[in-house]
Amino acid sequence: MSDDTINLTVDGKSLTAKRGQMLIEVTDAAGIDVPRFCYHKKLSVAANCRMCLVEVEKAPKPLPACATPVMPDMVVRTASKIARDAQKGTMEFLLINHPLDCPICDQGGECELQDVAMGYGNGASQYTEGKRVVFDKYIGPLIATEMTRCIHCTRCVRFGEEIAGIRELGATGRGENVRIGTYIEKSVVSEVSGNVIDICPVGALTARPSRYTARSWELQQQPSVSPHDSVGSNVFVHMDGSTINRVIPRENESINEVWIADRDRFSYQGLNNQDRLQSPMVRVDGELQPCDWPTALSTAAKLLRAEGQDSSDLGVLVSPSITVEELYLTQKLARALGTNNVDHRLGQLDFSAQDSAPVMPWLGMQLNDLETLDAALLIGSNIRKDQPIAALRLRKSALKGGAISFINPRQFPLHFEASVSIATRYDNMVSELYCVARAAGADVGSMADAPQLDPNDQHQSIADSLQNGERAAVMLGNICVQHPAYAQLQYLANAVANATGATLGMLPERSNTAGAWLAGAVPHRAAGGNALSGSAAAGKNALQMLDEPMKAYLLVGCEIEFDAARPAYASKALDSADGVVAISAYMSEGLSRCADVVLPAATFTETFGTYVNATGAWQSAKGTTSPPGDARPAWKVFRVLAQELELDGFGFDSPEAVTKELQSHCGSVTLSNLATFDNVPAFYAPSSETLLRAGETPIYATDPIVRRSQPLQKSMDGKQAFAIMSQTQAATLSVADGDQVSVQQNGSAVSLPAKVDNSIPDGCVWVPTGLPETQALGELFGTIKVSKV
Amino acid sequence: MTGQISKYIKSFTLWELLKGMSLTGRYFMSSSITIQYPEEKTPQSNRFRGLHALRRYANGEERCIACKLCEAVCPALAITIDSDQREDGTRRTTRYDIDLFKCIFCGFCEEACPVDSIVETRIFEYHFENRGEQIMTKDKLLAIGDKYETQIAADRAADSAFR
Repeated sequence: MSDDTINLTVDGKSLTAKRGQMLIEVTDAAGIDVPRFCYHKKLSVAANCRMCLVEVEKAPKPLPACATPVMPDMVVRTASKIARDAQKGTMEFLLINHPLDCPICDQGGECELQDVAMGYGNGASQYTEGKRVVFDKYIGPLIATEMTRCIHCTRCVRFGEEIAGIRELGATGRGENVRIGTYIEKSVVSEVSGNVIDICPVGALTARPSRYTARSWELQQQPSVSPHDSVGSNVFVHMDGSTINRVIPRENESINEVWIADRDRFSYQGLNNQDRLQSPMVRVDGELQPCDWPTALSTAAKLLRAEGQDSSDLGVLVSPSITVEELYLTQKLARALGTNNVDHRLGQLDFSAQDSAPVMPWLGMQLNDLETLDAALLIGSNIRKDQPIAALRLRKSALKGGAISFINPRQFPLHFEASVSIATRYDNMVSELYCVARAAGADVGSMADAPQLDPNDQHQSIADSLQNGERAAVMLGNICVQHPAYAQLQYLANAVANATGATLGMLPERSNTAGAWLAGAVPHRAAGGNALSGSAAAGKNALQMLDEPMKAYLLVGCEIEFDAARPAYASKALDSADGVVAISAYMSEGLSRCADVVLPAATFTETFGTYVNATGAWQSAKGTTSPPGDARPAWKVFRVLAQELELDGFGFDSPEAVTKELQSHCGSVTLSNLATFDNVPAFYAPSSETLLRAGETPIYATDPIVRRSQPLQKSMDGKQAFAIMSQTQAATLSVADGDQVSVQQNGSAVSLPAKVDNSIPDGCVWVPTGLPETQALGELFGTIKVSKV
Repeated sequence: MTGQISKYIKSFTLWELLKGMSLTGRYFMSSSITIQYPEEKTPQSNRFRGLHALRRYANGEERCIACKLCEAVCPALAITIDSDQREDGTRRTTRYDIDLFKCIFCGFCEEACPVDSIVETRIFEYHFENRGEQIMTKDKLLAIGDKYETQIAADRAADSAFR
């Protein structure tokens, strides 16, 4: 036996434990039940609820199991008279001020206080005095409060401090006057705030969207995978009959631990939106009319293979947020129709490095490795909003002293201290990264037109941290993908990683970006990253397909007016096309204008589907509810559509068969982000324009489901339609905070309220994409004109 | 042998017939217990479990808070409830249906109710003419409650000592 293992006896059972472990961890592992409220395995020990008191031999008083370290030859009794009396006493005090409103409490039936009161409490109370009443606080559209029920376990307070990194909830007052609340009256803005609903042991914090709609015992639970970011958080979907009532985290230590982001938790509210398509639709006399499936399918088939239309006149655009089976079938159909014009990279502007791209973009490590990084450089990544759960992991490494640096087009608010955070105008990001590469001693001399740039202290410090860190990483985020110099950023990140020995990682943009690459939903590669069959030339990429209008389009799961890199051009291209066939779960304003046939598809939770996350893990989820009306799972739609088009190879009898076929193509895939650049991209010179547009796709504008989730849209992060600029920039444009400004780009203009925020570098205006208010504009990074209305 | 002789004598003297007739005669003389229903009715216990009703508080507010305990306890799965938040923020039912074809009148719903909202009344005379009428909706149940509140309240008061 090694030195740090000790023996102890609990309730007559002899157990072994590691030195330094708390007693409650040992009893939990041994399956001995000790009641508790404030203890949570992912949070620090507070020992303030006193519910876990147990009898320890030779101790004068009962001790709290959560704060008592194990000792050699300790003898513990968790159910002796002393322990039970202590637990009973604590329970009685806790219930003094707890209201007897269990019948109307959403926690009723799954409440820790109820359970523990049944198991360890007295049958009756001796308390006859008046109870304490605490007024509720409004803390946003996601969390409902009933603060009288609070038992002051402070789990939510510790979650905010230790996990989410935002001290939003706090305890004020002492003794009976303790109140949990926001320090200042405001709503909670953390992107993972919903987790306090799960950790609250009573009904003080409950989910507002599902408030009062169901009791816990009515709900059926099904495991699923969240389709909103490349972490692929594991969730349980809870259904009340055939409708989804809520989504809660499913514990998976290697992916999401016990947390999920608010986007994963509340997106289900968008599923049964009024936009959901109930039946197929065909355009008759200029109007989209509901019709039956055979009519819709035969019309779709005619449009996809119209007379006088070459196969290269067809463009296929597919969303990276749908399942990998659907992505695979989409590209298979496109290629069976004789075209390689298929792409999922809807928001990308620079495709010049696509040939040297790895088989699929991936993190380069496992998610829990993010916790132990000594140094990391994130380029163009708002990781906190784009991959919230990965950001929690990264935060842990920062708290342990890891040097996390950023090169971003904006000083994004972080929940940890960044080592170096460079916020520059987007066109300078290449120069900044170039300097880091120079500081790291990377060989970047082969970049044509590179100016003489010398690294400063910041660059040197980033390079040193990467070089000195035993576990270091360079990561490219969502903003890089939309950046006009994506190739240069990739090349330089490669060079920095090579020179410093750091791991090169990519944070895939959407839930299935990695899966889309594997499935072959790119114009230059077949499934599994294999070369195109025969000597076929690469097809057109998403940007080319939309910039130069084509005759026919097939849209799968995407809303082009929000997803495209240049929404204004994309809408024009679709409007001028002869035939637009859409397979979509939702009707949108864009589809109603341009689509000729709309085939209603099932969405997340309604069909079997697999998502490939940032670590390359294939995670499948079964369908739990049935699609509304005549909507059908997309794999069935593809099967009959292929039949209509007389194409072979689509006769799958289950979605699992599709997964199997795709996996057979992916057998030899080895993952590596390091690439050899046959053509070194030329240096990207900063623009001479005095005003540029920069932006991002905001957290609640990433996919069609999230865009329709009302609670998320009403939250602070959902309101993003602003023209944001720094104080100096606002003064230059003579604009004040709150003024309405006209934003002009590519010949179209929109009117937005201005907002002054010094996190935006001078010389640019931050105008996000993916919003109805900005869909008339062009690319995310480009020239822009802003004037006061 | 003795048994056979006694049996023989009994059959001779019509003993069994006389014994039977004496019983008939006794009842012929006693007062009748037949009730002339529907003009006359038998007395009912205050614990009688008849048709259901939903009660209100004295201020007119419905008692039911949509806790769904009656739905959970119902052994015949006769109760269906949907709930939501009402405009004033309180928890209320949006649907409260009892299927009287499923109900076995066990009274568990009444036992389970934390606010004495769902009760079983003394009403047992009702009929349905069309399919679907056996579903007692929230409106119907509240109407019954409103109509018989005096009786319902009196019955609960009479039984309160035993609860």
